[in-house]
Amino acid sequence: MNRYPLWKYLLLLAVLLAGVLYALPNLYGEQPAVQVSRANGDAANQTLVNTVQRTLDSADVAPVEITLEEGRLLALYPNPEAQLKAAGVLKRELGDDFTVALNLASSTPGWLRAIGAEPMALGLDLRGGVHFLLEVDMDSVFNSTYDRYARDIPRFLREDGIRYSRASREGDSVRLAFPSEQLMDQAQSDLRGEFTVLEFNAASGADDTLVATLNEAERNRITDFALQQNLTTLRNRVNELGVAEPLVQRQGDSRIVVELPGVQDTAEAKRLLGKTATLEYRLVAKGQDAQEAKRTGNVPAGTELYDMRDGQPILLEDDVIASGDQLVDASSGLDQQSGTPAVFVTLDGQAASKMFDMTSAHVGDPMAVLFIENKVDTRYENGEEIRTRRQVEQVISVANIRSAFGKRFQTTGLERKEAQDLALLLRAGALAAPVNIVEERTIGPSLGADNIAQGRLAVIVGLLVVVLFMAVYYKTFGLFANAALFMNLVLIVALLSLLQATLTLPGIAGIVLTIGMAVDANVLVYERIREELDAGNTPQSAIKAGYDKAFSSIADANVTTLIAAVVLFGFGTGAIKGFAVTLSLGIITSMFTAIVGTRAIANLVYGRKARLQSLSI
Amino acid sequence: MRLIKPNTNIDFIAYAKYAFIFSIIMFVISIASFSMEKLTLGIDFTGGVIVEVGYPEAVELQGVRDALSDGGYPDATVQHFGASDAVMIRLATDEGADTSSVSTQVMSSLQNADSQAELRRVEFVGPQVGDELVNKGALALLYTVIAILIYVIVRFHWKLAAGAVAALVHDVFITLGVFSLFHLDFDLTVLAALLAVLGYSLNDTIVVFDRIRENFRRMRKATPAEVVKASINQTLARTLMTSGTTILTLLALFFLGGEVIHGFATALLVGIIVGTYSSIFVASALALKLKITSHDMFPPREEDADKASQVTR
Repeated sequence: MNRYPLWKYLLLLAVLLAGVLYALPNLYGEQPAVQVSRANGDAANQTLVNTVQRTLDSADVAPVEITLEEGRLLALYPNPEAQLKAAGVLKRELGDDFTVALNLASSTPGWLRAIGAEPMALGLDLRGGVHFLLEVDMDSVFNSTYDRYARDIPRFLREDGIRYSRASREGDSVRLAFPSEQLMDQAQSDLRGEFTVLEFNAASGADDTLVATLNEAERNRITDFALQQNLTTLRNRVNELGVAEPLVQRQGDSRIVVELPGVQDTAEAKRLLGKTATLEYRLVAKGQDAQEAKRTGNVPAGTELYDMRDGQPILLEDDVIASGDQLVDASSGLDQQSGTPAVFVTLDGQAASKMFDMTSAHVGDPMAVLFIENKVDTRYENGEEIRTRRQVEQVISVANIRSAFGKRFQTTGLERKEAQDLALLLRAGALAAPVNIVEERTIGPSLGADNIAQGRLAVIVGLLVVVLFMAVYYKTFGLFANAALFMNLVLIVALLSLLQATLTLPGIAGIVLTIGMAVDANVLVYERIREELDAGNTPQSAIKAGYDKAFSSIADANVTTLIAAVVLFGFGTGAIKGFAVTLSLGIITSMFTAIVGTRAIANLVYGRKARLQSLSI
Repeated sequence: MRLIKPNTNIDFIAYAKYAFIFSIIMFVISIASFSMEKLTLGIDFTGGVIVEVGYPEAVELQGVRDALSDGGYPDATVQHFGASDAVMIRLATDEGADTSSVSTQVMSSLQNADSQAELRRVEFVGPQVGDELVNKGALALLYTVIAILIYVIVRFHWKLAAGAVAALVHDVFITLGVFSLFHLDFDLTVLAALLAVLGYSLNDTIVVFDRIRENFRRMRKATPAEVVKASINQTLARTLMTSGTTILTLLALFFLGGEVIHGFATALLVGIIVGTYSSIFVASALALKLKITSHDMFPPREEDADKASQVTR
């Protein structure tokens, strides 16, 4: 007869229960919150919670609750007015070391969050915001690299005392012509020793001529460096924007995706993303009292007054030894001799010779790095976010010159973290590879809300129509299918929430489509049962045969649809991926609910009736 | 309730001739329209700027056009979007222009004319991104068809696979034809829908194939044409039911899902209607033309083994 063993019922119940639990958070709304994080990217901790609580209490905008999850601090408020007021207070009191952003927190109760149940993440098309696709202009990066070598190689040859007749840059190479083969050979071996990242080969079709090109590893390194550098700077700047949950992500070899949920002022966002920071190497002014200068406002001639990171004033000579656009590379690592953390810096040839002259004359003197950056301040006034820009100049490093150096040098005496931070800042200040916005998608908040409302309506209406149709057409068995359909919907939502997949408008379309298709498996089975009944089989054996025989059709049909969904996922960008995800999940869950689910109900209702005469199908 | 009576026996094979002629005509019209009219590609593929602006009440298009002309965009295409209080502005991007700031400038010139204009959506796609998408999209379609072809060859037979793939190509081209003939916007979501159509259209075909395989086993005396005919008839109710429920939900999406999803729903509606037709009239009929027999599915030796199990039934 048609009976399921107990474990199958229990499994089904367990799956359903888990589905309901993990789908549940989506029913709770969201409440306004202020998000606080450290500007340097460190995780928020209990100390910060206490600080925030104190600050808010004393300003009389005590939050409902402060939560700390995954290094993210959220202060929850009952309404947007209180949220804005609190954000304004925090921004003012906490200062530049913290990022304060408006966010929405899920009202999911604690016991659900404790088992990892979270609502689905909404895509930009549903909650509003900006999506940028930026492309790093690699051509111009290589352009300036070859330009630099076209200056540096002849300089080296002159210093090395090797005569050359002509040196020029041609496309992605530097061509060097020599008066004799002997000179060329000598140059080749010397150049290989000095410029290890270049390949020097004899030119074809021209006598005594060398062609210098970047080797594969160096080309990759430069591409990577340019991209990393932009990623770093973009992350820093996006943090300043005060956006909750921004996304800055590498895409492929030369592109970066930036997503700013909730941001509407795209003009400001673009201006911010386009700004570059720079830096300057300068000598610290000797024999001058910076404190005095700051107090009186009398800055000695030939010097300029700046602040260090700890707020101490410092006087620098106004002559710039090297600037950011001459910095080729900066990385942190361990000093080979002492084994202590260090920052390694490489300058281009022009800056190197000036650096050599200056350091030769000033051994023992302190040299400083001045970091110049365009910062954006976000304030909250009268319920509006106001952003203003200002230039920030700050001395990020002061170190004594131990001996004369030029092209390559290192700064030691730093903590590990300090060295990493300094290398990061130096890279940010180096001439950034130019980026172009190649794609922009902005969704206003009202459109996002409309999209959700329309999507929800389409899901509900589609569901109702199918449910009605199935009930009328297959009677009792139609109701079984409908129960499975609801279970399917719950499971899709639960899986999407569990995977923290991003729900987009095409994703909703995928769900709607799944509803239409989910009943397919049941249609196959039921038509089969009807056929068996028509052929004169008893109801019980018709049920059994119906499910058994329909199975291979269902499996084959779903596998092919799954193939299309997987290709779609591989091809897709953003929103299309969302469609592919909901489609694939829907196919899998619908197979489970339509085969196991409806069979379980049918068995429960009819399985024990040995003398069943007819079926309501 | 039943749409199709039991023991329905429509002679689809006899109609196949007319169906072929009908399909070929549709196919030719599609190709012709496709090559002459081309597709109205959305900015996802061509690159360009779309700005959607909302107003508190119905707005005259001429006013918007004037405001844009004053702002330096006389060539902008302006049309209502969904309702009379929403406007969609399209701009082609010129080579070398600072395209990334266009949307900002468009908004400021509109707000100069009417301060209540509200930005609803901006899409800017650079030309290089668009070109890549065209290639990637075409490749995605191709990969899907190849993957499906391999699956059907492995699970069934190459003659059926040929029929299935012919039906798929038929569905895709006719859907493309409809989009080109009626100048519907072909954007990224439509391409996604087209890929989904591949999956769904095949779904129907596979169910018929599955029945053909089963019937070759059961109807030992029947000719291949009779087997195919019986199989299509036996699965007819299911084919129409499933397409029916899918079309119902798609109609919900088409009418209620909003403008952004409109093209997507249209493509799926057309694709599924054409796909249902092709799985009934094209796929199996073509396999029959390729002279599919029971020996193709069950090599003689396996058949002997089958006989034993048949006796016990």
